[in-house]
Amino acid sequence: MAECHPAAPAAPTRTRVEAGAPLLALAGQPNMGKSTLFNLLTGLNQHVGNWPGKTVERREGRFDLHGREAILVDLPGTYSLTANSPEEVIAREFIVRERPDVVIAVVSAAQLERSLYLVAELAALDAPLVLALNMVDVAEQEGLRVEPHVLEAALGVPVVPMVASKALGVRDLLEVVEDILSGKRLPAPRPPEIRPDHAAVLAEIQARIAAHVPAPYPPAWTALKLLEGDAEVTRTMQAALPPETWQAVHAILRAHDDAFLAVASGRYEWIGRMVRAAVTRPRVGQIGLTERLDRWAAHPFWGMALLAGILGLVFGLTFTVGAPLQAWLESAVIAPLAGLTAEALVEAPAWLRGLAVDGLIGGVGSVLTFLPILVIFFAAFALLEDVGYMARAAYVMDNLMHLMGLHGKSFLPLFLGFGCNVPAVMGTRVIDSWPARLLTILIAPLVPCTARMAVVAFLAPAFFGAKALWVTWGLVLFSLLALVLSGTLLNRLLFKGQRSAFIMEMPLYHLPNPRTIGLLVWQRTTAFIRKAGTAILGMAVLVWALSYLPGGDLNTSYLARLGQFLEPLGRPMGFDWRLTVALLTSFPAKENAIATLGVLFGVSPEAGLSELLTAAYSPAAALSFLTVTMLFIPCMATVAVTKQETGSWRWVAVSLALFLALSFLAGTAVYHLAAWALR
Amino acid sequence: MTDTLLSLADLQAGQRATVRELRAGRAVESRLASLGMTPGAALEVVQNYGRGPLIVTVRGTRIALGRGEAAKILVERSNGSHG
Repeated sequence: MAECHPAAPAAPTRTRVEAGAPLLALAGQPNMGKSTLFNLLTGLNQHVGNWPGKTVERREGRFDLHGREAILVDLPGTYSLTANSPEEVIAREFIVRERPDVVIAVVSAAQLERSLYLVAELAALDAPLVLALNMVDVAEQEGLRVEPHVLEAALGVPVVPMVASKALGVRDLLEVVEDILSGKRLPAPRPPEIRPDHAAVLAEIQARIAAHVPAPYPPAWTALKLLEGDAEVTRTMQAALPPETWQAVHAILRAHDDAFLAVASGRYEWIGRMVRAAVTRPRVGQIGLTERLDRWAAHPFWGMALLAGILGLVFGLTFTVGAPLQAWLESAVIAPLAGLTAEALVEAPAWLRGLAVDGLIGGVGSVLTFLPILVIFFAAFALLEDVGYMARAAYVMDNLMHLMGLHGKSFLPLFLGFGCNVPAVMGTRVIDSWPARLLTILIAPLVPCTARMAVVAFLAPAFFGAKALWVTWGLVLFSLLALVLSGTLLNRLLFKGQRSAFIMEMPLYHLPNPRTIGLLVWQRTTAFIRKAGTAILGMAVLVWALSYLPGGDLNTSYLARLGQFLEPLGRPMGFDWRLTVALLTSFPAKENAIATLGVLFGVSPEAGLSELLTAAYSPAAALSFLTVTMLFIPCMATVAVTKQETGSWRWVAVSLALFLALSFLAGTAVYHLAAWALR
Repeated sequence: MTDTLLSLADLQAGQRATVRELRAGRAVESRLASLGMTPGAALEVVQNYGRGPLIVTVRGTRIALGRGEAAKILVERSNGSHG
C-alpha cells in the first residue's frame, strides 16, 4: 500500500533542471479514460504513492518521448477545480506551482459538454493545454461526430482525437506534445467569460486584489475563485490582503454569494458554443447500450437480484478456484519448504530453526498462500469497475446504505472488503464526505475477509460436519447484521444521524480493457506482498518469539502466560487459555488462529487437529469462537491503514474499543444461547 | 414561462424539464454544477421509482441523485415532454 508521509513537505516532484526531462501532467474528469492513457504511456514504469500529507493516490510514471525521458504525473480525476475536495486542490496546486511543460486534458467525445467543464477551468489557469479527445469510437456508436479541427479553432488549443483503449491516436498526441515542448506550437486557450450580469463585480474584485495576489497565482483566476466562494482561495486572500481591502472585498462577496452559479453558467455557455460548432449528430433517437442495460442493472428489484448473482459468482469463483490453489500452495510449497529448511538447519541452534520454520515460513508463508484467492478477487473487482458496473451496484445499494446514514458509494469499499479489509479501508477514498468516509472505515472490518473465511472454512467442518455450510452462512449473515447495526448506532452516536449528499456519475458501459485491469490487479497484489514482507513479517517474528521464549516450549512461553492471564476474560465466551491465545495470535493475520491451535495441541496443522479440537471443545464453545473470530479486532495491517487513512490514533482506539466490546458481547451471548439450545 | 416550479423528485421517468433553482446549499450546489446541473440546463428523468435514488440525464451525462438532493432541485417542466 502507499506509504504515508503525514508531515512530509511538498517536495518538488522533478529535478528537471538537472535531468532535462520534460514534466507532463494528465488532467481529466473521472471516467474519461485518463488512467487508460496513463497506463498506455507508462506501462509498468510507474510509481504509486500518496500526495504529500494527503490520503490521495499519486501516480507518476516515465516514458520515452522521442528519445528522451519524460515524466508524466497523473493528476487526481476531478469534475472541477474548485476546492470541493482535496483532489481538486491537489490538481490545481500542481498546475499552478509545478508549472508542467504540457498539460494533457483528457475529455470524452461521447460526453463532450460535461467533460469540457474541467477544460474551462484549466484554460483559466493559463496552462499549456493539449486536448486528448478520447472515446471517439464510443461517440460514434452513440450517434455523435466531433470535428477536432473546429474544436481546436474554437478553443485555441491543439485537439487530438483518440481511442486510448485501442491505443489509437497516441502517436499524434505525442507529436503535438513534442511540438509544444520545442516551441513550434503555442497553445493559446481562450478561457470562458463570466455571465454578463456579473462581469462588473468580477472586474471590481480583480482591480482591488490585483496588487496583493501571492506569486504563482494568476490574479484574474484568483478573483474568479473568490467570487465562486472557493474556501482555499478565500483563506489565502484574507491573509494576503490589507485588512481594509479585505473588508471591502468581503462585503462585495457577501452581496453576491450566489455568484458561483453565474460563473458555472458562464462556463457552460462557453462550452455550449464549442459543442454547437464542433459536434454533429448524424443519427438521432437511438437508444444506447447503456440505457438498455440500465433498465435491468439499475432496477430496484432486478438490479439487486443481478448484484446478488454477481456477488455469488465472484465468491463462487474465488472459493472454487482460489481455495484449492491456496490449499495446494500450503501443502505443495510451504510445507515442503518448511521441511527442507528444517533439514538444512538441522545443525543450527534450535531457536534459529524455530524462527525460520515456524516464524518466517509458518507465519509469512501461510499469509502468502492467500495470494491466488486475492488475485481472483481483485481481478473480478477490477473488471466490474472497468466496465462501469460498480456505479450501478452503488446505485441499487443506496437504499440499504441509508439505514446507516451512508449512501451507495460506501458499498464499493465494503464489497472490496470481502477480499481483504486493507484495500477496503483505502478504497473509502471514493467517498466524498469525511463523516461518511470515517464511518465506512470504522465498519469496514466487519465485512468477513478471505482470511477470516479461511479460519471458518477450516474449523466449521471440524466441529459441525455436514452442517458446516449452514454455520458458515449463518456467521456471514451475522457479521453483516453486526455491520448494519454498528453502522446505524455509530451514525446516531458520533455523527448525529446526518447524511451526506449522494451525487454520482453513472458512466457509460464499455468493453473491459485488459491492460487497465491487469495493472490494477498488479498494483493491488504487489502492495499486498510488500505488506507481507514488512509489517506481517515483523509481527510474525514477534509472535514467534513470544511463543518460544523463555524456555523454547510453547506451553510455558510468555504467550501462554499471557493467555492464562487473560483466561478469565475468555471464560464467559467458553474459551480456555488456548482459544484465547489463538485469538490473540490472529491479530497479525487472521489465519494464524489455525496454526496456533495446531502448535498448542502439538500437531501439524494438516493432520489430526480436527479430531483433537472436537474432543476438547463443546459445539457451543466452537460456535462462540467462530463468532468472535468474525467480529474481533481487525488484523494488524487493517489497523495500520486505519491509522493512515484517518490520520489519528483516536479513531484507531475507537475502532479497537468497538470491536473488542462487540466481539466480547456477541461471543458471550452466542456461547450461552448455544449451550442452552444444544443441551 | 410559467411560475409553477416542481421538485425534480416529483418528475416521472421520461419527463423533461429545465433546471430553475438549486436549494441544496453551497457545497452540494457546487458539485451539482460541476456535473452540469446549473439553472437553465435541460434534463430528462431516466429512472424514478418513487423511492430511493433517481437517475437523470443532463448535458449528455447520466447522474444518480439521492432523493433528498433531487428534492432540492427546482425545475420547470418542458412542453415537449413525452411522459
